[in-house]
Amino acid sequence: MLMAVKIELGRRYRFAASHRLHTERLSEEENARVFGKCANPYGHGHNYVLEITVSGDVDPATGMIANLAELDSFVEQEVIEAFDRRSLNEDVAAFQDVVPTTENLCIEIFERLKSFPKAKLERVRVQETSNNSFEYAGENGREQL
Amino acid sequence: MVLITRKIEFSASHLYHNPAFSAEQNRRVFGKCNNPHGHGHNYTLEVTVAGEPDPVTGMVLDLKELKEILDREVMQRMDHRFLNYEVAELKGQIPTCENIARVIWELLDPKIKQGRLHRVRLYESADLFADCYRNGAAC
Repeated sequence: MLMAVKIELGRRYRFAASHRLHTERLSEEENARVFGKCANPYGHGHNYVLEITVSGDVDPATGMIANLAELDSFVEQEVIEAFDRRSLNEDVAAFQDVVPTTENLCIEIFERLKSFPKAKLERVRVQETSNNSFEYAGENGREQL
Repeated sequence: MVLITRKIEFSASHLYHNPAFSAEQNRRVFGKCNNPHGHGHNYTLEVTVAGEPDPVTGMVLDLKELKEILDREVMQRMDHRFLNYEVAELKGQIPTCENIARVIWELLDPKIKQGRLHRVRLYESADLFADCYRNGAAC
């Protein structure tokens, strides 16, 4: 039976990391022009806020889409441990050749979390500062945003 | 289509306990939320209504009327209440964010006559919330 409503669960996490926006594919002058201060050679940091949304049936026995402790430990293991207090450029393999913009960070986090076994990952939103945020809902997720 | 969102805050207590579970199982599944005397939250509710602005008033709906609906259906029912014991619509359910959001949706949906209820978002804390949508509608 099709339920009348769809329920999603949203959860926020925080991590602090540094990055540098710079690519070998551009000259130094072009890097400076495109990325501005974000291309400064030693990088800089942000307090990132990660918001993830999952959906699924609400289990009548628990009232939950997914057990929060299980969701938290999955996110902790897949994302927070890998990114918190790290240099995204130096410490995360995915950013060896990919510029760690927050757009690309959203995609990397989505890829790391989409295998959560207890609920469907709908989208991730990453807030780089209180003025900038980015969302990704997977390759087919454009209509969900 | 334009979306309009109104926010209200209420405070309530709850606990998570399933009488069909053993004490050990309740503890394992619900953790601290199973503490027998309950605990409370400051809930933030965001209600989003979708519609076309009326050509004469420029409004999707009369916000004062929405405020009255929220006061009657949500505040008077849930504010400063123990959700497990005092909210009939939650009887027999675990009062998680997911279930409270759905109950609020079911209370509000038939009452909103101008525009159409689009989303109910209920924050239990700044870091945890549930969204309720009409099934099949784009989020």
